Amino acid sequence: MTTKLMGQGVQRVEDQRLLRGQGRFVDDVLVGQGTLHVAVLRSPHAHARIRDIDVSGVLDVEGVHAVWTYDDLAGLAPNMADPLPLLIPHPALTQGRTQYALAKDEVNYVGEAVAFVVAEDRYLAEDAVGRIQVDYELLPPVVGIEAARAADQLVHPDVPGNVAARLVQDTGAPGELEAAMAAAPHRLSLDLTVERSACTPLEGRGTVARWDPDTNRMTVWSSTQTSTGVRAVVAAKLGLDLGQVDVVTPDVGGGFGVKINHPWPEELLVPLAARALGRPVKFTEDRREHFISSAHERGQLQHIEVGFDDDGRLQALEVTFWHDHGAYIPYGLIVPIITSTQLLGPYKPRVYRVTFESLYTNTVMVTPYRGAGRPQGCYAMERTMDAIAAYLGKDRTEVRAANFIQPDEFPYDQRMTFQDGRELEYDSGDYPAMLEKIKALIGWEEFPRFREEMAAQGRQVGIGLACYVEGTGVGPYEGAHVHIETSGKVKVATGLTSQGQGHQTAFAQLVADELGVRFEDVEVVTGDTRRMAYAVGTFASRAAVMSGSAIHLAAKRAKEKVLRIAAEALEASEDDLEIVDGIVSVRGTTAHIDLGTIAVLSNPLRYAFDERSKLATQFSVGDPGKPPVAEDDEPGLEGKDFYSPERSTFASGMHAVIVETDPRTAEIKILKYAVVHDCGNLINPMIVEGQIHGGVAQGVGGALYERMVYDESGQLLNASFMDFLMPYVTEVPDGIAIDHLETPSPLNPLGIKGAGEAGVIPSAAVFASAISDAEGFPITAMPISPSDLFQLRRTLTEEPS
Amino acid sequence: MSPDTSTEERHEVVLTVNGVAHEVSLPARRLLSDALRHDLGLTGTHVGCEHGVCGACTVLLDGAPVRACLVLAVQCEGVEVTTVEGLGGPDGSLSPVQQAFAECHGLQCGFCTPGFLTTVTAGLRDNPTPTHEEAREMVAGNLCRCTGYQNIVKAVERAAVIAGDATAEEAR
Amino acid sequence: MKPAPFAYHRPGSLADALAILAGDPDAKVLAGGQSLVPLLSMRLAAPSALVDINALPGLADITVTDGRVRVGALARHAAVLASEEVRRHQPLLALALAHVAHATIRNRGTSVGSIVHADPSAELPAVLALLDGALEVASVRGTRVIPASELFVGPLESALEHDEIATAALFPVLPAGAGVAFEEIARRHGDYAMCGVAAVVDGDSVKAAYVSVSEVPTVVDLTGVPDADLGEAALARLDPADDIHATAAYRAELVRVLTERVVARARGEAAA
Repeated sequence: MTTKLMGQGVQRVEDQRLLRGQGRFVDDVLVGQGTLHVAVLRSPHAHARIRDIDVSGVLDVEGVHAVWTYDDLAGLAPNMADPLPLLIPHPALTQGRTQYALAKDEVNYVGEAVAFVVAEDRYLAEDAVGRIQVDYELLPPVVGIEAARAADQLVHPDVPGNVAARLVQDTGAPGELEAAMAAAPHRLSLDLTVERSACTPLEGRGTVARWDPDTNRMTVWSSTQTSTGVRAVVAAKLGLDLGQVDVVTPDVGGGFGVKINHPWPEELLVPLAARALGRPVKFTEDRREHFISSAHERGQLQHIEVGFDDDGRLQALEVTFWHDHGAYIPYGLIVPIITSTQLLGPYKPRVYRVTFESLYTNTVMVTPYRGAGRPQGCYAMERTMDAIAAYLGKDRTEVRAANFIQPDEFPYDQRMTFQDGRELEYDSGDYPAMLEKIKALIGWEEFPRFREEMAAQGRQVGIGLACYVEGTGVGPYEGAHVHIETSGKVKVATGLTSQGQGHQTAFAQLVADELGVRFEDVEVVTGDTRRMAYAVGTFASRAAVMSGSAIHLAAKRAKEKVLRIAAEALEASEDDLEIVDGIVSVRGTTAHIDLGTIAVLSNPLRYAFDERSKLATQFSVGDPGKPPVAEDDEPGLEGKDFYSPERSTFASGMHAVIVETDPRTAEIKILKYAVVHDCGNLINPMIVEGQIHGGVAQGVGGALYERMVYDESGQLLNASFMDFLMPYVTEVPDGIAIDHLETPSPLNPLGIKGAGEAGVIPSAAVFASAISDAEGFPITAMPISPSDLFQLRRTLTEEPS
Repeated sequence: MSPDTSTEERHEVVLTVNGVAHEVSLPARRLLSDALRHDLGLTGTHVGCEHGVCGACTVLLDGAPVRACLVLAVQCEGVEVTTVEGLGGPDGSLSPVQQAFAECHGLQCGFCTPGFLTTVTAGLRDNPTPTHEEAREMVAGNLCRCTGYQNIVKAVERAAVIAGDATAEEAR
Repeated sequence: MKPAPFAYHRPGSLADALAILAGDPDAKVLAGGQSLVPLLSMRLAAPSALVDINALPGLADITVTDGRVRVGALARHAAVLASEEVRRHQPLLALALAHVAHATIRNRGTSVGSIVHADPSAELPAVLALLDGALEVASVRGTRVIPASELFVGPLESALEHDEIATAALFPVLPAGAGVAFEEIARRHGDYAMCGVAAVVDGDSVKAAYVSVSEVPTVVDLTGVPDADLGEAALARLDPADDIHATAAYRAELVRVLTERVVARARGEAAA
């Protein structure tokens, strides 16, 4: 019997090419081959009217092939003159604004695309960009949430108050929250801040396109998290039929959310240029561009009112927050909706009301970044839990435990609408068990003694804890195609994309298990619309759940056909067959047939192409009394299926950290970091742990190092890796203790839940908790630097509250 | 206003990369990273920041790790350049460092990986038996956004063991 | 992020290099390039020409003569850091160099280049200033030696004339019985420091030099200052400023903490 691969830490097949320098990232596509290169003139101002753009003389530069501004777009493709799409409309999003592919009349953030140049190479394209003269009339910029709320100035003159949307959800009847709040034995209020950060994958955005005039087809390679999304919008904007456009997602050098937004201006302008110029065209974003012209996330102000009983049980929770979505809102309200719903975590307040406003500012737009609003929600709730514990003088774990949804309460309906428009109903979990695990892993009970030991040496330490629940695997669907070739090799395609998660490995494990083939014989392709035209994308920790399930189902279908044909060929009952290492045999006999031969038999042939295919030709097989392909059958040994769940499945986790803060320099050192994680059944624990490691490091960055520093004029002051402080190895914990809990999801055939984002969700919360514990005062603004902590100490000493 | 570039002078340069000499004609401003990728088609060297911070473009110049984005290609005549494509065996086998990264899951998206591989290759040559601290220090100048570095450090330590075993094997 | 075009010269002799430089007021010298090339790529600098001195003979030497460690213009940080002779004769250089960026940058970057760049956030200018070292420079007009006290005129501004090439930096060797120490606090390991302090203690004399808390590397004579007042005495001469990583007040606190620590350590070294 073949060992089941699900649950095994199988080494990744991707690594063989990536380790040899043979990966194919978007900038590696069509090197040479007459490919032209793009540079974009971007606005140097946060808010300005464009009076005039002078491109005269640019085309005179040798090697420059095109220079376009907004005025050129309609002539190239009529739909290009419209704003870029608002991808996710919502009834509450009454004032949705999106940018144009190239700025029309005004610019609303530093970095907005103004003019587009195509040249022989990027050096010449940048030279040409330097020659374009733009006459700007400066307008007052709106920078920061306070300025947006004050609305003394407007980002878009026709959007009153800078408010794109205001959304309220209330789990109670009218007046219920007020009554519960009034009746609660204790009440607290908190004001919290989270600053902006960003995904900053090591590879920025990039798009390559080639137009084939002989076949009237466009091929686009894009570093995206959704190839089908890019395909649909390229076709729509360029006026092409969907069937004329292929989008291939090559290796992607990290996404973390930013590459789910689409189309970027360049994602449309590059294919447009390829068609107009008759040459392949490539745009490769540089690092500065990534900071000022892709997307950020996280920035929120939060106000919390909470009423609770003597045990800390939440009687009434009212949260109001203001979400900074930047100059435009192409991705709709997804991030604040996730904050507002996932804030609840593993807890069950008696009544909960949340209100948010999504606000325009003259800064880079905001789209999901790993965690996608959850880190902010977790921070709000966990700061509240700590505040309650401090108020009641109780252990922080005790207050949390008092509020947990219990294992016998699943499915648990939170009475909210989630980001997918469906009920926020948790499918499974075991939060009390998880709490015990994290306490053991971090040494919660032993910590007071450790603190005393450290204090005796003049050292100051603190411990923190944070819990979260994460809705993963949102719909609408993913599909998969499994094709067993006559060689016996299995080719699998699913449409969502990969950016380092090891899909080729994990998905191959599932197929090998289901089909009974050797792992090495399975090859998985993702994100290629030529191979799978129907797909959604890779976000919301959904790949394993959605495509994993679809692949499992498609493999099952292929297997059904394998068994049917094999039973016929071996003259045996399907029930007696088993498949091991690609050989179908009749149990207890020596009769067998290999998958390759079954593939040959599945496709009645007129023409043989080799020795074995003679088996399937017309004088060799078939019942002359029947059609060669039965009415309800198809030629070929393939299986195709789609997975479309009713709702998301809810993963969960708890993190804990012990930090040391220097009494004088306020340096913050991580002494121990622990994670307990429940993503249901694991496909590949090695990959899941890798995701956790990466999430934790990204969370350390977000909590202690990274922020987007805008000045009052809307200039991003730290748009480089010099000053945006992504952690090196020296800034992350040396070792992360990990323990798993596996409560399978009842919603999908494999019992899995998503794992990609989890590691980063509780970071701000857990560090705020630990630093508060070390310092003895609440931390209400994250991220926090040593300088911030120093200033905070000073303020609190100078003005004791 | 940028200077007129139409008359930009080109320089004839012989770049020796992974033991192979390439004659190329380049403008002086071409960065080594771009020359490797675009002029020689050696796309294994990746460009992550172009200001010397991320380390993805790290190559070996006469054996020493250097940021290829901070060197002009015209400066590299007479220098032996080693890129990720040159780390494995001539038979296509993985080097101990590459092998260890595979075994330890030391990479996810793989974009920063070539810079780590070149850096660690030189690091272990100079210090074949690093302590845990030295293993961390060896990769301290390279950014990775995926792995949280945990398995990269394990891979450095594992590579030292693999290479040590190979050396012991040869000595027998 | 690609450089604007420039002419490129790779002279084989110092005389040729100086002649080219003298002939083109917009030309710049290229040594290690670790600071210059990013500026070129960001188009924050667009010289007409680069005079690449990497082919000049003899400039990579590191020697100890006449009571001075002489570091040639092409000596890479890594080579200086690895030099046993340097460590023996002027240990402060190695202590400071360990904090200069990361190993890969040190493989290419030159110590003299870092001094000429005159970045007040860089370690070596402070070291040169503290030790009262000097820079040897050459031009078509001849050679001269610029003492550290006259070298640093402003942030990123040295006293070198446009047509001059620095050929070596001179660091006095540490007198017997003296002690040195260096420490800095940066946001990330390898980043420019929020504050750095180098100190030398020789008999009763106590001097410290500072990184990132003044517009030019500043040496403060702390001789005779009681331990409790060291930080304030230093701050009287310094001008810590706000930036995106630290407030002025925080930097001032780092001056206090690091001055105490570094002076104490230098004293310990001196006693040892």
